[in-house]
Amino acid sequence: MSRADPIAGGYLLRALEYLPLAILALAWEALVRSGLVSPSVLPPFSEVVIEFFRLAGNGVIFEHAAISLRRVVAGLGLAIVFGVGAGLLMASSRPVRVVLNPVLGLLYPLPKSALVPLFMLLLGLGDASKILLIFIGCLLPIVTNAFNGARGVDEKLMWSAANLGADRFELFRVRFNAALPDILTGCRTGVAFAFILLINAELIFGQDGLGYLIASTGGLGAYPTMFAVVLLVVALGFVADRLFGLIERQTLRWRTTA
Amino acid sequence: MRTTVVHERPVRSGVSLPGRLAASEGASQLIAIAVLICIWWGFSRWGGINPFLLPAPETVWQRLAQQFASGQLLSDLLATIYSALAGFALSVVLGVPLGLAIARNRVANWFFTPIVSVGFPAPKLAFLPIFLLWFGVGVSSKIVMVTFAAFFIVVSSTAAGASFVPRPLLWSARSLGASERAILWQVVLPSSLPQILNGLQIALPVCLITTIAAEMYVGGAGIGGTMLSASRFADTPGVFAGLLASGALGALLVHLAAAVRVRILHWHAETRSGN
Repeated sequence: MSRADPIAGGYLLRALEYLPLAILALAWEALVRSGLVSPSVLPPFSEVVIEFFRLAGNGVIFEHAAISLRRVVAGLGLAIVFGVGAGLLMASSRPVRVVLNPVLGLLYPLPKSALVPLFMLLLGLGDASKILLIFIGCLLPIVTNAFNGARGVDEKLMWSAANLGADRFELFRVRFNAALPDILTGCRTGVAFAFILLINAELIFGQDGLGYLIASTGGLGAYPTMFAVVLLVVALGFVADRLFGLIERQTLRWRTTA
Repeated sequence: MRTTVVHERPVRSGVSLPGRLAASEGASQLIAIAVLICIWWGFSRWGGINPFLLPAPETVWQRLAQQFASGQLLSDLLATIYSALAGFALSVVLGVPLGLAIARNRVANWFFTPIVSVGFPAPKLAFLPIFLLWFGVGVSSKIVMVTFAAFFIVVSSTAAGASFVPRPLLWSARSLGASERAILWQVVLPSSLPQILNGLQIALPVCLITTIAAEMYVGGAGIGGTMLSASRFADTPGVFAGLLASGALGALLVHLAAAVRVRILHWHAETRSGN
């Protein structure tokens, strides 16, 4: 597989794979520079990039990014801890399953964005309401994947472990490791959900954070700034997703079929 | 071999709930609703929680009944359904052909794969102020927003499904003299249909989530707009009423989609085995 090819040619090929994005950026620039699209509606790409570096230079954008990332890490972290725990418990205990299953079933079709005004009223405009929203929103994919993974564990593995004298804790570890691929899939879906809900909450009731920055600069008509922040948000989502993909691959290196 | 990014993540996580956990659904969910309402009612009776934070169920019910009588509930629901379904339909019309092209055409694959891999995990709501700038404050911005949010999900699940058509199926079709067009319509599309529908079943709730968020930001008719003005006036019963209405709407759409899936895939082994 060429995927992890360490030679320089491999990296060049990997970089070339992203060439279409550069083409897209050039097309954007050409569209505005040729006068086909007014720069008041679409600031040229170069101007957006310059604006990004100006914002990065005075640190404003990083302040807001740090606030946003803190919320994502807190909400997602809580969702992973409680979600994986709940999913594994549901798989091994029938009473837990009977109680949690219908509750999760009710949570599934609820549009999570409808929770934004409620949490805002209950917890205010600060971090707490956003963290709770991200927590609730990410919980579902994480729980269901952990549950499905733990249920799908080959029982022969468990029998062998028990036969070799594994105690309860060791049996749990076997089940956890066997369910790990599914758990990580759930966490990766959770990452995407976390960013969606973060932007959702910050756009609508924000005082700070990247979502707020987009809404406030857009409201002021500072469009190059707004586009720069939107591109940063897209980049952050992409990097976070790739990072989880990397963790997934590193963690699952022992699997022959990864 | 060049691997397509969209394959890395099998699109199934979101559908596993209605799938695997479905066996005990129905009755147990009704019980769960009843129990939750009882707990809610108990708390409001007990009085330990400020009724501003947790209004009594009967207060919320009265609010819903009042909104229903004035016709506002119906017009809000219709406005939300309209934006969500229009965006969903557009994302299917645009996304399925692009997904097929990515799976079957080398140039399309090369060009769109990196764009989809960046677009897929991006929080699409960040583009809402841009769409407002381009399409004005109105329903068309909302529909474009919803389309954009669902588009990448539809594209990647279609591309994933259409890339894994069993080779023997293609060989048999070719050896029987089927044209490329016939192969696309009669082999590739039916064989990737379960995957495509997985994507659509994930995209539909995303459409509703995005519609409500966009309504909150843009205002105007719809559940989201009404909830936003309720929260501006610190009107908790209004917020709870909107939450219940949107939850019911979400449940309706999810179950409808599952029923449509069974209908469409009645010929498929998945439906026959009763999964």
